[in-house]
Amino acid sequence: MSAAREESPLRRLARDFARSRVAVVGLAVLVLVMLAAVFAQLVAPQDPYDLAQLDIMDSLQPPGTAGGAGWTYWLGTDDQGRDLWSAIVFGLRTSLEVGILATLIALAVGVAVGMLAAYAGGAVDGAIMRLVDIQLSFPAILIALILLALLGKGVDKVIVALAAVQWAYYARTVRGSALVERRKEYVEAARCLALPHSRIMLRHLLPNCLPPLIVVATVQVAHAIALEATLSFLGVGVPVTEPSLGMLIASGYGFMLSGNYWVSLFPGVALLVVIVAINLVGDRLRDVLNPRLSH
Amino acid sequence: MVFRLLGLATAAAILAGAGSAPAATLTIGTSAEPSSLDPHYHNLGPNTRARKHVFESLVGFDAKMRLQPELAESWRAVDDTTWEFKLRKDVKFHDGSPFTAQDFVYTVCRIPNVANSPSSFTVYTKGIAAIEVPDPHTLVIKTGKPYPLLPAELATFGIISAKAAGGEQVTFDKAGCKADSWPTSQAFNDGTLMIGTGPFKHKEYVKGGRQVLERNPDYWGPKPAWDTVVFRPITSDGPRVAALLAGDVDMIETPPVQDMERLKGTPSVTLAQAQSARVIYLALGVQDTPPTITGTDGKNPLKDARVREALSLAVDRDAIVKRVMQGVAEPANQFLPAGFFGNNPDVKVHTDAAKAKKLLEEAGYPKGFQLTLGTPNDRYINDDKVAQAVAQMFTRIGVQTKVDATTANVFFSKRNKQEYSVFLAGWQADSGEMSSPLKALVATPIKDKGYGTTNYTSWSDPEFDGMLDTALATVDDAQREKLLQAAVKRAMDATIIVPLHYEVTVWAMKKGLSYEPRADQYTLAAKVVPAQP
Amino acid sequence: MIVFILRRLTQSAVVIAAMAVLVFTGIFAIGNPIDVLISPEADEVERAAAIARLGLDQPMHVQFARFVESAVGGDLGTSFVHGVPALGLVLQRFPATLELALAAMLLAVLLGIPLGLWAGLKPDSVAGRVIMTGSILGFSLPTFWVGMMLIMAFAVQLGWLPAGGRGQTASLFGIQWSFLTRDGLAHLILPAINLATFKLSLVIRLARAGTREVALQDYVKFARAKGLSPARVVGVHILKNIMIPVVTVLGLELGSVIAFSVVTESVFAWPGMGKLLIESILQLDRPVVVAYLLLTVLLFVVINLVVDLIYSMLDPRIRLGGGRA
Repeated sequence: MSAAREESPLRRLARDFARSRVAVVGLAVLVLVMLAAVFAQLVAPQDPYDLAQLDIMDSLQPPGTAGGAGWTYWLGTDDQGRDLWSAIVFGLRTSLEVGILATLIALAVGVAVGMLAAYAGGAVDGAIMRLVDIQLSFPAILIALILLALLGKGVDKVIVALAAVQWAYYARTVRGSALVERRKEYVEAARCLALPHSRIMLRHLLPNCLPPLIVVATVQVAHAIALEATLSFLGVGVPVTEPSLGMLIASGYGFMLSGNYWVSLFPGVALLVVIVAINLVGDRLRDVLNPRLSH
Repeated sequence: MVFRLLGLATAAAILAGAGSAPAATLTIGTSAEPSSLDPHYHNLGPNTRARKHVFESLVGFDAKMRLQPELAESWRAVDDTTWEFKLRKDVKFHDGSPFTAQDFVYTVCRIPNVANSPSSFTVYTKGIAAIEVPDPHTLVIKTGKPYPLLPAELATFGIISAKAAGGEQVTFDKAGCKADSWPTSQAFNDGTLMIGTGPFKHKEYVKGGRQVLERNPDYWGPKPAWDTVVFRPITSDGPRVAALLAGDVDMIETPPVQDMERLKGTPSVTLAQAQSARVIYLALGVQDTPPTITGTDGKNPLKDARVREALSLAVDRDAIVKRVMQGVAEPANQFLPAGFFGNNPDVKVHTDAAKAKKLLEEAGYPKGFQLTLGTPNDRYINDDKVAQAVAQMFTRIGVQTKVDATTANVFFSKRNKQEYSVFLAGWQADSGEMSSPLKALVATPIKDKGYGTTNYTSWSDPEFDGMLDTALATVDDAQREKLLQAAVKRAMDATIIVPLHYEVTVWAMKKGLSYEPRADQYTLAAKVVPAQP
Repeated sequence: MIVFILRRLTQSAVVIAAMAVLVFTGIFAIGNPIDVLISPEADEVERAAAIARLGLDQPMHVQFARFVESAVGGDLGTSFVHGVPALGLVLQRFPATLELALAAMLLAVLLGIPLGLWAGLKPDSVAGRVIMTGSILGFSLPTFWVGMMLIMAFAVQLGWLPAGGRGQTASLFGIQWSFLTRDGLAHLILPAINLATFKLSLVIRLARAGTREVALQDYVKFARAKGLSPARVVGVHILKNIMIPVVTVLGLELGSVIAFSVVTESVFAWPGMGKLLIESILQLDRPVVVAYLLLTVLLFVVINLVVDLIYSMLDPRIRLGGGRA
């Protein structure tokens, strides 16, 4: 980390970021959502994971029904008698955890591998890219299905499976842009200065490969959350007794034709809000971070 | 759309006696597709459903799963080990050749010789020790020991044409029949050997797409109302309902219970529903070291009958039926509903959470224990939802319960390795009588008797096994039923299996059609009739 | 060039072998297919017989050796569930999936590139924002939910289009296609839209990101300054440059579209190989899963090769053969 001269880079980033009002709103929503997820116990009247607090006789109550324990089911209940508002708050936590952790792990692995491939070239590149090919030639859903079938159920397992599915995309993207960047003068120049390899990669190649990565990563957090929903839909994913947003939507899927719209509608809306917020922030970050667009 | 409505109208007209008219087509959306058209390849519901349209068996089931004559017009037990079947004389195969006793002999011979069969029908032919054919329309079947289930088991497999398969000279041999070659499953899939005696002839089969049948004009029984029947597999629940509402199909199997209210409120749709022979139950494992119970210092609390009774008392079956199954199920108190052979009307189950807590306390578990309940999530109607509701009820009496819901492929492998202390599963009695669940779920696993094949609880009660032995060797129906009822009582008193509910099978169809709902859950196009105008 | 292709093919052979081992062991580890397939009424004797009939009584490595032996001769084994050759089963379903995937890709490209261009050239216009918001929605909604919504809206409520299935097909080159008949085309529309939604959003984003970058670069500014018509600037200079990432990603995505048709095919009861795959996994039908994957990998290898070739043609800075030439 080299020190900034006139203004810290972070501060400049914040200033640039704040120029877009929509992005600021997105960030605010995202922060709120994250807070709600972190302090779920305080925000939700019911712990939807505690089976002793649920009552099957309260299942599928429409929004606004008075519950047995003294509070109102403002968003209704699901088929197990879970207060939907509580379930959404707790589900948010699970979904965000899955989406963000899976993406970060995949990103770290993918970037490291992709940079190495592009920089080393030759046999190393060949071997790595073949590995990426293996990975990409497996349909993501299948790896996840097989992995989860082998691993069993659980949030941690879903994260591992989703990270395993996604790292190769980053590796390929990073390698692609690094290959182009590597030929550019500034890298040649850095090389002529005999700077260490790690320095060239981290300080020169990486920042220039970042913009496409951020596009992909933004997209992938959303994608990871949606993929988790799909896995839940297919019956693997997180445990039914501790539903994520995706799981809530998936179990609401069966109630769509029957008119119990709230079971899948509200979690769907919550998911939408989260993802739109993430994307707004990501989009703005990309614009700000891209050196060629910032002026 | 317009054509189909016209078709319906004309079909109604035919029944009203208005004379010949253009083709009537019935399109049915099914919830599962047969794995093969070969009637002997796979002992599986959808395969049997497909088979019943083209191939028939000696004995049939009526809608209530009582035996009725099919290709055999009558049968009787000559003595404890000899049965005589009189065959119909007016039956022709789809290629015009007559049906005779040799076709039955050839079928029994072929059943063990289906290459790659993942689940063969030999379980239903192994009781046959010898077959005699005094004349082409009489069969004398010898069993090695008294075998009262023979007629019911002969109802499970379809009879193929010996002539079409080149098997006119094949004779029965308990050790294995001799033939130059046996028909391949492929020959059925491509239509070559789809020659049966059933109400419909095979016309076209596109795997994953559709199966098309056409009316057999020479059928010996009542002629079906449909010239053409198309089966379309639509395995996802929502789209199947949507296909009916959109008019793409005329009838669907098993609409999801969640959509029942909506379907009831749709004027263009009629429903038919029947109690099935499938019970959904919890099995309580009595292994020495419980696989999924903690908080008991390694002991298995379920070995204590009081704990088992407590768990059964904790379950509120009415709540499950009403809330999880939306009323489309019947609370169960034993293995088969009233009206089925062997049901014991004196057996009852109760719900009493207070008593359950007291029993736990008496057994030395005042604070309960931790339990993981295994369940499939794609096998039975709302299976994982039922399991969650049960977990709530267990937790309420102090047994903190988690649910491990997995797809059937994982679940059954784990269950069969006894990796669950308590699991949820279902049992359908294909023979429609009580011996089937008792033999499979409660009896001690004994290999050569075929006992305890689905007993994954480590339960063993020699006295019960003895009662079952006697019942299974009693050919007299009235006497056997009494013996089975006594066995049911003993099994239920042990509380090793906790019955939850009987599934109810539903069919939804366009207004103007009617279908007599069947306990065996099969969708038979021949029995779908346009309602009288 | 030939050396490059040859090397690629050798590497691909290794990929395929590695994958066969992985899938084989993976499915072996999940469970025993007999547990799923056999009738509950079967006894121990019948169970043992069925296991032997399917060759599952042998240890894993023997089963694998047998598989390799026959695979070399082009036989990928017989389906445990259906009792017919696995490869044939998959190939029979392939045209349906390919048709669906191509239709979805076509939709994604034909709509995505113009929309992305527009959003990139006029990022602050109302249309630009609407397009980007739409693309975010396209990413956000799980495919199965979108599919269900489409059915609800267009099949149940409006009654314009069929709810599922493939409809009537017509033969071309000896293969059945849906798009050749009116009925088939009607059946194709909803699933294709469903499958395209995600890719459409991706194409829009890529095209927009590319356009925004390229539009600011000197040669585009120069071209503008030179007085070239905007249409020519967009059509030649910008379009050609944004095609590089779009082509790469699309190449990669064709494989994934085929793979991800699993969900769409389940929702719309489309009789393709994705649906077959899901069913086969659920029934642990190993030969079919292996055959499906081998076929997909092969397809993928070919697509990758073609993408790399096109890539090198579009961007002369990238040389084939690993870069150190």
